[in-house]
Amino acid sequence: MNSGATLEVEDLKTHFFTKAGVVKAVDGVSFAVRKGEILGLVGESGSGKSITGFSILGLLDPPGRIVSGAIRFKGRDLAKLSDEEMRSLRGNRIAMIFQDPMMTLNPVLRVDTQMVEAVLAHQKVSKTEALRLARDALALVGIPAPERRLRSYPHELSGGMRQRVAIAIAFINKPDLIIADEPTTALDVTIQAQILYEAQELCRKTGTAMVWITHDLAVISALADRIVVMYAGRIVEAGLADDVISRPLHPYTDGLLGSVPTRNQRGQRLTQIPGMTPSLLNLPIGCAFSTRCPRAAAECSKEQAVREVMPGRRVRCCRPLMAEEVA
Amino acid sequence: MSSKPPIIEAKGLSKRFVKRLDLAAKVAVRLGSSMVEETVHAVDSVDLKLETGEVVGLVGESGCGKSTLGRMIAGLLPPSQGQVFYKGRDRAALDGEAAKAARLAVQMIFQDPYASLNPRARVESIIGEAPLVHRLTTRGEMPAYVDEVLARVGLSPDFKRRYPHQFSGGQRSRIGIARALAVKPEFLVCDEAIAALDVSIQAQVINLFMDLREAYNLTYLFISHDLGVVQHIADRIAIMYLGRVVEMARTEHLFAAPNHPYARALLAEVPRVGRTKRVFQPVKGEIPSPLDPPSGCHFHPRCPMTFERCRHEAPRLREIAPGRHSACHLNDAV
Repeated sequence: MNSGATLEVEDLKTHFFTKAGVVKAVDGVSFAVRKGEILGLVGESGSGKSITGFSILGLLDPPGRIVSGAIRFKGRDLAKLSDEEMRSLRGNRIAMIFQDPMMTLNPVLRVDTQMVEAVLAHQKVSKTEALRLARDALALVGIPAPERRLRSYPHELSGGMRQRVAIAIAFINKPDLIIADEPTTALDVTIQAQILYEAQELCRKTGTAMVWITHDLAVISALADRIVVMYAGRIVEAGLADDVISRPLHPYTDGLLGSVPTRNQRGQRLTQIPGMTPSLLNLPIGCAFSTRCPRAAAECSKEQAVREVMPGRRVRCCRPLMAEEVA
Repeated sequence: MSSKPPIIEAKGLSKRFVKRLDLAAKVAVRLGSSMVEETVHAVDSVDLKLETGEVVGLVGESGCGKSTLGRMIAGLLPPSQGQVFYKGRDRAALDGEAAKAARLAVQMIFQDPYASLNPRARVESIIGEAPLVHRLTTRGEMPAYVDEVLARVGLSPDFKRRYPHQFSGGQRSRIGIARALAVKPEFLVCDEAIAALDVSIQAQVINLFMDLREAYNLTYLFISHDLGVVQHIADRIAIMYLGRVVEMARTEHLFAAPNHPYARALLAEVPRVGRTKRVFQPVKGEIPSPLDPPSGCHFHPRCPMTFERCRHEAPRLREIAPGRHSACHLNDAV
């Protein structure tokens, strides 16, 4: 793997120890993100994509914990850091954007108070300087009249505005890595396009690496450089965004792409994946997707290993769709 | 088109929500305060016609009034102004059996499959209660009737003794659809009926909607913010902005050449799979508050082609080509 990566996740396993049994929410996930790159982490609910994000930031709550694996951020293993060391990184070198901006914002504090706090916690600057940084950050994410917005409370802002403030806070200390967990899912299309535009611009300008967690293939195909597809806690396919979208190898990726209405002929039936996501407590033996897979065969009940079919292109399937079959 | 009246027609339908002054505010006004009642024009004189068997998509961003319009058409909200005609007859003027039949014929499917099912009722009574009350079935035949309805939406009849919490999101939305189908409706208002589902489950439910339409000749008003889904399923599309319909056209015409600047902006923003690595070119600004909508054309502060007339005069929705309506002054200029 490229050692110049901002973030390297290697064989990460995050399990939840519940009364009903061990839930392997993340089960051996590996990927890397380079400087200025946007990595799309795609999956449906329960695929472990958000837990992967939380694991990187050390935001797991019991009964969940990282069982094994390494999360190397610029060479340092985050999983081995103390709470104190982790706190000095979080919000400073690594930031997170949540789906709901009110998870980031404190409803009873003004925007300026919260932003200045974020700066002063990690940088030795004066309060005036911190305030200037806060104003610049708001302007950077495209908020009109940032001086006035600084003095508002979160409830005075619209949903799109709040999400921009949350993004501004994430970017304020110029982090090296941002984990964005479905940040535009709750927003309208025109506002979503604005936020995507800002995110793209910021990564290009500041060289920040970004992990964009989403279930929306359409958004990610337009935004990401590389895509990782997760199913039931494991990576089923990874590669360059163009390759994965235009030539999916794993039957699940192919099914997901077929389920998106815009790719299909209007008015015709959508190709659907039969059945539903299996419970993580009761996964099928071997390939977790085999019970829903149209290509399933006897060999699928064996444990599937990730294979690198081309440089940078990984797939976990013994019967992948090969290029000649995907006309 | 036949001379049969449309199954549902809305004429000049408006809904205003007024926040009345409370006691303290009334006292303040007596003492010289300038507080006034706040009015939201959620829907502003909308005309909409749906022929039997047609699927009309109603699209717009949050706060544009699409759900309010849907609820008025479903008969769940009384309009402040205007009428809804069911097969050519004013629904408000009907009474007795005719009114009941008109109400049963129009059913609604809600967005949230978690909140719209009674958590303490078994599937059997969720689906079977309404047909029983309306004498579409008898108490003795009800279990068999429920089995049949469940089978129609692709659920096993064994599920009918279960409670809603024992189902996944996709199954719950099927139960919601089954509940609407149980009273043999002709017209379904689907308010973001698939928005809460995962992509692969979404595809299953969209297919179900299309199968049911074919099997029972249903008419849908399909409310969604997802243009991709609406493009797939709808014959015609109406786009709303701040309570008004700004453009209405056949789906293929709309997507080929949107007329209204807002429609153009909205269509340009639809993220599409395959359109890899593009640079986003957003429309400026946000939707203004419906409490204080801009004068003239509501879209003018964000419109790239705005001119003087847009600021004063609200454009009327008029036919610019056969079957194609748009509300923009630019169509008058040429």
